[in-house]
Amino acid sequence: MTKVALFIPCYVDQFYPQVGIATLELLEKLGCEVEYPMNQTCCGQPTANSGYAHQNKEIDDLFIKNFSGYDYIVCPSGSCSLHVKDHLHSDSNEKEAQQIRSKTYELVEFLHDVLKVDTLKTTFPYKVGLHASCHGLRGLKLGSSTERNIPPFNKTAELLSKVENIQLVDLDQPTECCGFGGTFAVLEEALSVKMGKDRIKDHVKHEAQVIAGNDMSCLMHMEGIINRDGLPIKVKHVAEILNGTTL
Amino acid sequence: MSHAKLTEEFLKNEPKTDWHNETLWWVRSKRDVSSKGIPEWEELRSLASQIKDNVLSNIGNYLQEFEKNALANGVHVHWAEDGKEHNRIVQSIIEKHNAQRIVKSKSILTEECHLNQHLESNGFDVVDTDLGERIVQFAKQPPSHIVLPAIHMKREEVSELFHEHIQTEKGNSDPQYLTEAARNHLREKFLKADIAITGVNFGIAETGGFVVCTNEGNADMGVHLAPVHIACMGIEKLIPKFEHLGVFTRLLARSATGQAITNYTSHFHQPRPDQEMHIILVDNGRTKQLAREKFRNSLKCIRCGACMNTCPIYRRSGGYSYDATVPGPIGSILSPGFDLKKHKSLPFASTLCGSCSDVCPVKINIHEQLYEWRQVIAENGLDDMPKRFSMNIARKVLSSPKVYFTLGKIARKSLSILPKSLINNPLNAWGKQRDLPNPPKESFKEWYKKNRS
Repeated sequence: MTKVALFIPCYVDQFYPQVGIATLELLEKLGCEVEYPMNQTCCGQPTANSGYAHQNKEIDDLFIKNFSGYDYIVCPSGSCSLHVKDHLHSDSNEKEAQQIRSKTYELVEFLHDVLKVDTLKTTFPYKVGLHASCHGLRGLKLGSSTERNIPPFNKTAELLSKVENIQLVDLDQPTECCGFGGTFAVLEEALSVKMGKDRIKDHVKHEAQVIAGNDMSCLMHMEGIINRDGLPIKVKHVAEILNGTTL
Repeated sequence: MSHAKLTEEFLKNEPKTDWHNETLWWVRSKRDVSSKGIPEWEELRSLASQIKDNVLSNIGNYLQEFEKNALANGVHVHWAEDGKEHNRIVQSIIEKHNAQRIVKSKSILTEECHLNQHLESNGFDVVDTDLGERIVQFAKQPPSHIVLPAIHMKREEVSELFHEHIQTEKGNSDPQYLTEAARNHLREKFLKADIAITGVNFGIAETGGFVVCTNEGNADMGVHLAPVHIACMGIEKLIPKFEHLGVFTRLLARSATGQAITNYTSHFHQPRPDQEMHIILVDNGRTKQLAREKFRNSLKCIRCGACMNTCPIYRRSGGYSYDATVPGPIGSILSPGFDLKKHKSLPFASTLCGSCSDVCPVKINIHEQLYEWRQVIAENGLDDMPKRFSMNIARKVLSSPKVYFTLGKIARKSLSILPKSLINNPLNAWGKQRDLPNPPKESFKEWYKKNRS
């Protein structure tokens, strides 16, 4: 049996436990032996992206301690996975850090590339707009960005289309950033919100009932605007839809 | 002022922000169509990037080769260590010819060196002949975009400026009428010019020749009429051989505006019999950037502006929010190399979405360099105190599972009992226009403990 460590981003742990639960249940249903290392906190991206990677030693060491010895480390976030893959390191145990970097997968990437999921026995009878979060899209290459001249693909859309009765809608700007950007969301508040509003508008215009995405952080940002402005749309993490949630 | 503050101002006019955003996205969309018309586009990008790798690794040799061949062609070659020296050289050539009237085609390098201000303060008449540049020159503004200098202005504003400066009819903002007026105005300047200044898009080491790309033909018009041509060139503009040129010209215009090629791709090799030709090779911080291993790739830039058109930040904040000669993503990795303190907010004017790196025709890893500049800023103690303070706390919390667990619980509890009016206080930037998520009763960790272990 594939032994998987579940890596749940800190903000998902605190604010969106249902996304962690959906990820866990989904992996279990697909035959993985899943373990959640209890002492995990965060991958250290917030501090590193703010310029303090040089002070991330304790966070990195803790991450390495928590996630050593598994076949795979799976995380329902493209951004956190990318941070680990690009920046996790250790002065004292670089070999282990390297192992972890290479074994870390974003959830969709793991389902698509490793488990090669073919069928899903779930239904989601709604119109769904897919928000392709940037770090997953361009960093992990979960899909083709519109900038590049390569055959178009999107692993998330491919998986979602296996869900029964789902209707994925086309967007005007399918690979545009939502403006979350971690601390950017508060340091450039005005611009961040403007970007979020523009992104939501695209989904609403195409009559999506739900914005689905691989990163709860982007969805949290857009949900914050949706709730404040009373907009007629909801957000769902891809893990929830794949695991069979309803609205 | 920080990028965030300047952006807040820009965003106050939402219809204009939307117009700016949509206009640049339209340019980006044209670029998509045009680049996708070339099956080997990605291969071309790699090739261009590799050619520039070669140039950056051998720049000393190529510069000498270029100088030798240019001299043999009868061109005067000058070397300028910085902007000041560059401006002095230009001035000395002007003075040698007792010249007064100067026409200049688009050159970001001369903007970088503040040449116009230098010449004007010394009593010379400099006319920018690129239409967009002439518009911002009338407005006494710097360009807000390196390819589309007046993209921040609507035609009604241009009409006002033209009415004031070249006496067009008040209120007539018909583009054709205004362009015609600009042509007539500029034609006179071309005919009377003593000296023509141009930038350089590509210098070819093998031939000593150089190439200037324009859409309006204004570089040619200036050079063909004036008895003296001064070409100002950043040292990174070199390419080794003539055969490499096609790789770049195929990428440049497509990336910039979606055109297959610029209307004018002008090759200059030697002066006419009655003409004098000068090339000024300018360093101005480039060798310093070359020595910075993580940032040297930024010198591959061919100034197409595609990263500006694609950038969701630039499109909604405008060129002036960057307060730098080169705005947008590429500017945000170049400017800190000039003045780290002044430009310290620029590497943070990004969500690190990576669109700039994917659109870049020479594959500069722009968003990764933004991340790296952030590290340099914090390591040099140029970070803001509130940020350092909050990140210090974050680090301590995230390094200790116990503290993280306890604080998370307290935070969720407080959020669930505090009234929304108190949560969304003015100090909470998140809550100004966004709700916080409803805190769940238990964290995932608590749920897992109960249900699985």
